[in-house]
Amino acid sequence: MPQVTSVVIGAGHSGLAVSKHLTDRGIDHVVLERAEVANSWRTQRWDSLRLLTPNWLSRLPGYSYRGDDPDGYMTAAEVTAYIEGYAKEIAAPVRAGTTVTAVRRTDDGYVVETDQDTWRARTVVVAAGGATVPSLPDVFEAVPDGLEHRVAAGSGEEGVPAYRNPDDLPEGGVLVVGPSASGIQIAHEVQASGRQVTLAVGEHVRMPRTYRGKDVLWWMDAAGVFDDRYDEVPDLARARVLPSMQLVGTPERITLDLNALTRAGVRLVGRLAGVRDGVAQLSGSLSNVVTLADLKVKRLLRTFDEWAETDGAELTKDLPPGEPVEPTMLPESVPLELDLRSGEIRTIVWATGLKPDLGFLTALGDLPLWDRKGRIRHDGGVVTASPGLYVIGLPFLRRRKSTLIDGAAADADDIVTHLAGYLAGPA
Amino acid sequence: MTSTETPTVDNGVNVGALLDARKALADAPEAAQFQWRAETEWIKGTHSRGTVRTFRGLGAEQEHVSTFTFDADHPEQFAAEDQGATPVEIVLVGLGACLTAGIASVAQLRNIQLRSVKATVTGEHDILGILGGDPEVPNRFTSIKVHFDVDADATPDEIAALVAQSQKRSAVYDTLTNPVPVSVDVN
Repeated sequence: MPQVTSVVIGAGHSGLAVSKHLTDRGIDHVVLERAEVANSWRTQRWDSLRLLTPNWLSRLPGYSYRGDDPDGYMTAAEVTAYIEGYAKEIAAPVRAGTTVTAVRRTDDGYVVETDQDTWRARTVVVAAGGATVPSLPDVFEAVPDGLEHRVAAGSGEEGVPAYRNPDDLPEGGVLVVGPSASGIQIAHEVQASGRQVTLAVGEHVRMPRTYRGKDVLWWMDAAGVFDDRYDEVPDLARARVLPSMQLVGTPERITLDLNALTRAGVRLVGRLAGVRDGVAQLSGSLSNVVTLADLKVKRLLRTFDEWAETDGAELTKDLPPGEPVEPTMLPESVPLELDLRSGEIRTIVWATGLKPDLGFLTALGDLPLWDRKGRIRHDGGVVTASPGLYVIGLPFLRRRKSTLIDGAAADADDIVTHLAGYLAGPA
Repeated sequence: MTSTETPTVDNGVNVGALLDARKALADAPEAAQFQWRAETEWIKGTHSRGTVRTFRGLGAEQEHVSTFTFDADHPEQFAAEDQGATPVEIVLVGLGACLTAGIASVAQLRNIQLRSVKATVTGEHDILGILGGDPEVPNRFTSIKVHFDVDADATPDEIAALVAQSQKRSAVYDTLTNPVPVSVDVN
């Protein structure tokens, strides 16, 4: 049985960043990848998707964007190439086409079973992706037959195909459930294809693409908001389930918020709260969720301005003043019901989030690994119930930016530091 | 904005206890399962009296410190004796009370001193529905509006955020804006 000090599961940006730190510390390891490097970017995202983050903000340990468009946004194919280039440059010991089936504990570490070899290791770092399997809400089961369904992204393992592009949908109306980055982007391009889109809107995180001439994520990075730490943020449980920022990466740097969707003809309705007798019941809370999002983005921009007047004065001295936030417009009357049997809606796109697929950890047995929602318990990526086991790439794992490519560097550094300390044993 | 030497904010809400409860109940979700109860007894005509005394929660039977009663009736314009508020008005009272309690709690948490909070709750209602005069008209309110006048040591946006957050955490607001299964049986 082959033996290494550390097995890393997953060769996306997180797993590779961990690999780089392990190599730098001289810790022998292998990176097991079920398909190929950057698999999710190859296979699990819709055609037009680009990164939400500007090119310069994809810094990995010892690697960064070297092209001539630092303010642009990579297409999925470019992200794949970028991550592949990283794997080559750091000479990561990737075993592609190796699917982990079970992780088990032994007296002195772990056995990692795969569809190829079985590995022994003292430590295991799970970097299998935080956004792999679509999360469908209970209401999905109550939708009447006869409609087409798509999930916004993910592996489609729940029997629902993943959305690719508008041509992939039948003619007719489309209900997009969820105002996440995925939801608003898909709503926008499907509406542009001539299909009437209805967007069901619950809580969301509104963002302008640019503020005072700079990418909003430049502000998040420069003002330190992305570095907010998991052990200092006031309500971590909530921070970890926040919907994704409403952003789109386009060459024109457009802001795609609910107002832009309304102008494009998308119809906004409240959160999909239930389905009764084939009729979708839409929450009456729409005006409050848009108010919450408007107030929140105003607070965020004020945080940027305050930083610009103090620590950020030098960096921001030539920037124009801030633009006011346009309140989110809602029609006078918003329908509370939508008859799903009338033929008006032909397709439902579920942009209701993705979750990690950590089924191979269930072989660890009765350890208190999972919280009551079935999410893995960890302290900043350290799975305390099973010493030597780590996770990375989950929402707000250690910092606000933990799920960004740019968040992997710092998180991987912290986790490998902890892992090295664990290997060294009690001081 | 006023500034004082002692920044202690007191809206009369024990936020520490509520935060402790949130943490404790997240670890013991069964204790968070509450049942709220009201008994209603018909008196005469459209007059009834509701009584609230016990509830279940924290894994045990609980009791209010005293029994509360609520008379409900209909006004003289409905040819009734007007012995109490109408049930629909009691719904409005519940919504206003729930949001107001939320504002006080959130303000305490955010260290904002309240001086006054007043909610004016109005519900638009086409009574042809309940009278059976037009089968197309639903029985429910067609819309509800809540207007808040809040005087507090805070900016207008901070006050707007208090009001928005109170809706986000309000049981009555959520019950009114989202479907809830209601079953009614008889012995």
